[in-house]
Amino acid sequence: MMRPFLAICAIFLLAGAIAEARADVFNPTSFTLDNGMEVVVLPNHRAPVVLHMVWYKAGSADEPKGKSGVAHLLEHLMFKGTAKNPDGAFSRILAQHGGQENAFTTYDYTGYHQTVAADRLGMVMELEADRMSNLAMDAADVATERDVVLEERNQRIENNPGARLRVEAQQKLYPKDHPYSRPIIGWRDEVAALTREDVLAFYKEHYAPNNAILVVAGDVNVDDVRRLAQKHYGVIAPAKLAPRPSLVVNGAIEGGETVLKDARVPQPGWTQTVLQPSYTNGDVKRVVALELLGEVLGGGATSRLYRKLVIDQPMAVSVGAYYNSGARGDGAFMFHASPQPDVDVDALADAVRAEAQRLLDEGFEQGELDRIKKRMISSAVFARDEMKSGAYTIGSARAAGHSLMTVEDWPDHIREIREQDVLDALAQVLTDPRRITTKLLPDEGRGS
Amino acid sequence: MKVAKLFIAVLLLALPINAHAVDVVRVVSPGGIEAWLVEDHANPLLSMQFAFAGGTELDPVGKSGLANLAAGTMDEGAGDLDSRAFQQRLTDNAIHLRFNARIDEFSGNLKTLSETEDLAFDLLRLALTEPRFDDEPVARLKSQIQAGIRHDREDPDTLAFEELFRGFFSGHGYALRSEGSEENVAAITADDLRAFVATRLARGNLKIGVVGDITPDRLGRLLDRAFAHLPAEPQVKRAADIAPKVTGRLAVIEMDVVQSAIVFGHAGPKRDDLDYYVTLIMNHILGGGSFTSRLYEEVREKRGLAYSVGSNLYPLDRAGLIVGSAGTENARVGETVKIIRDEWRRMAGGDLTADELDRAKTNVTGSFPLSFTSTDKIASVLVAMQTNNLGIDYLEKRNAYIEAVTLDDVKRVAAQVLRADMLDVIVVGKPQGVTPTP
Repeated sequence: MMRPFLAICAIFLLAGAIAEARADVFNPTSFTLDNGMEVVVLPNHRAPVVLHMVWYKAGSADEPKGKSGVAHLLEHLMFKGTAKNPDGAFSRILAQHGGQENAFTTYDYTGYHQTVAADRLGMVMELEADRMSNLAMDAADVATERDVVLEERNQRIENNPGARLRVEAQQKLYPKDHPYSRPIIGWRDEVAALTREDVLAFYKEHYAPNNAILVVAGDVNVDDVRRLAQKHYGVIAPAKLAPRPSLVVNGAIEGGETVLKDARVPQPGWTQTVLQPSYTNGDVKRVVALELLGEVLGGGATSRLYRKLVIDQPMAVSVGAYYNSGARGDGAFMFHASPQPDVDVDALADAVRAEAQRLLDEGFEQGELDRIKKRMISSAVFARDEMKSGAYTIGSARAAGHSLMTVEDWPDHIREIREQDVLDALAQVLTDPRRITTKLLPDEGRGS
Repeated sequence: MKVAKLFIAVLLLALPINAHAVDVVRVVSPGGIEAWLVEDHANPLLSMQFAFAGGTELDPVGKSGLANLAAGTMDEGAGDLDSRAFQQRLTDNAIHLRFNARIDEFSGNLKTLSETEDLAFDLLRLALTEPRFDDEPVARLKSQIQAGIRHDREDPDTLAFEELFRGFFSGHGYALRSEGSEENVAAITADDLRAFVATRLARGNLKIGVVGDITPDRLGRLLDRAFAHLPAEPQVKRAADIAPKVTGRLAVIEMDVVQSAIVFGHAGPKRDDLDYYVTLIMNHILGGGSFTSRLYEEVREKRGLAYSVGSNLYPLDRAGLIVGSAGTENARVGETVKIIRDEWRRMAGGDLTADELDRAKTNVTGSFPLSFTSTDKIASVLVAMQTNNLGIDYLEKRNAYIEAVTLDDVKRVAAQVLRADMLDVIVVGKPQGVTPTP
């Protein structure tokens, strides 16, 4: 489960998308096998290495009610073995070939990836194709791995007051029973009760070539990938897939404030999250304007919030803003801040809102937006420097159901945004009632 | 048996994966600054990594965190540019400049598009030789660092490692937290920071690695631009070697968490140890190979005791360690610690097969090129090759060093190095089944 990593990198990765518009940056080639499996190839010849990824359009948001955590438990069990490659043979063989691997589960998709010498691509495909439909799933393995996942849950959530607060607050941002209202790793009781049959049912329903995207990046050519993909994945029968239900929130949400006090909180924190459209349900112009707004307000040490509240009028130790445009459901625009020791959290929250409002009232400084647009566009070259950027950007967009064009045309969309577009987006962020606030506070009563 | 057969084929196949394609050139600038360069003209950009020997371990008494604060403030205003102007210049031109204070070295990295490389090296020169350390950025960075220190105080893993190192290196700079203490950070002045820059950053303790779209001639001129104004030699003597004080203790730091953080370790090889590669392979089998090690297999795969578990060599300039960690539900800490000690003992007793050794060797040789997927990563390797005196042909020779390791070597070294009963174990949480050493 690597959601935080993906979230943090999303802006950088999207920046990589500029590549598509100038055919000479990522050079993606995309095609579909006869059984419906989508393939994306991103040649990059820096090192004799290849990144092989399979993305399933199935994440925790696709879990049946009462079975939270089953998508992630399945991700773990995918490493256990098949009849042909039993007892963890996948990892053993890959390690013998000097490969590296991992997997991640998010709300919207589950991904498996290996990095290995380029001439081992066929071998890796053979192994990955094998576990697409032949997972053995021994009952004893399910029991052991459930314990591992409960320890992972302890490590990520229970031991971390900030993570516990996020889990609590998420339930107020989405309606009751909305899949995004529960943690990706699942509710503890539901995870503990998951059975082999539960996992197997999810696997059979979602793991099939026509529900998967193959992304290959690195020292490869398109023809070889096409041939190997056809040989290993092309022979797997497609499954009958149910349509994915919409995740877009149409009605009201509970909203409001969630406060968590804990003796182990040494540094208070505040966040505010506002539901905003994503690429799924938003006009492209508005979505891209929101991305720019995130940079203007919260993108690093030269952003408006940092300048005002960390440097000029130092109330905060840290402050920022961030917009997640990539979800299959709604997107979210988020503010976050952590106060100086003698500053009240509510006063800081007011100051964040006031600084955002000031942009709306006074407009941009001369040249401010153009500088930010130029910086975002020039990041294309940097994105191309790292082999995995294009693979993650395109894989996540496609797995969330967004077109390649949202990625390929991104730099043109950035260029087209005017100051008024960003201000309009800001006005919506400031007035949209669908928002939650969190406060993480030290428990003074118990000391620390 | 099927594994063994498959394995021979694999071993042969694995050989072609190496880093030969990477051609390392020694560049010496007109002013005498040396850098190791890999030319790569695929993208119009370059990455430079550089490191000055001597890190946070040299922080003065009462001023722990000095090197770290310097790293945070050197890019917050220099020359005529105040903090805001300097940061704006970097951001608007997409120039990435960062300094890092590590335990043994003070390092930095600069990444820039080719079209802004002159400006990038000029800004670096300013940061290295004319940092301003104005009141506002120094105060700001102090408060951010102090917030981080408060945060870490509640982090079980950080606390456990801190206690492990405190025991090993009491009285030595290695026992200090890199970030320092809240009080020490508060006590650091702008004059301290200026003295740090003047005495610690010199041409004589500098190693540089560059990868990207640049020729040796052009790089030579840029190197002089950034580094020629530094003094010839640093004015601080580094400490002598220190043997970690290992007692085999088990210490518990009580914390109200559901999962205990366990860290463990004892002495290991330094990077220049003749048996370094033997120990590397031995540890790969024991706890270093992420999804295939014995600790992973016994603790996680068979028993589901932990999500993460493993061990690593931890070679410092003045001492060597092997350290590991695991996170386990409080009720099962005793069981986990016992298994870790058992695996330590099994390896020390020579229970090891040729298959395991060969698998470890193919993985350690075969996975090396996977870290060559961006210019920054390669530049980091170039610096490490220099600071560890590995030679400019190291990338060609590394596989042979690994291939030369024999089963007898590993058994001999395992018996020498691994001391199951002398592992210092630190647990942070509310563990059951363990008794702290009095």
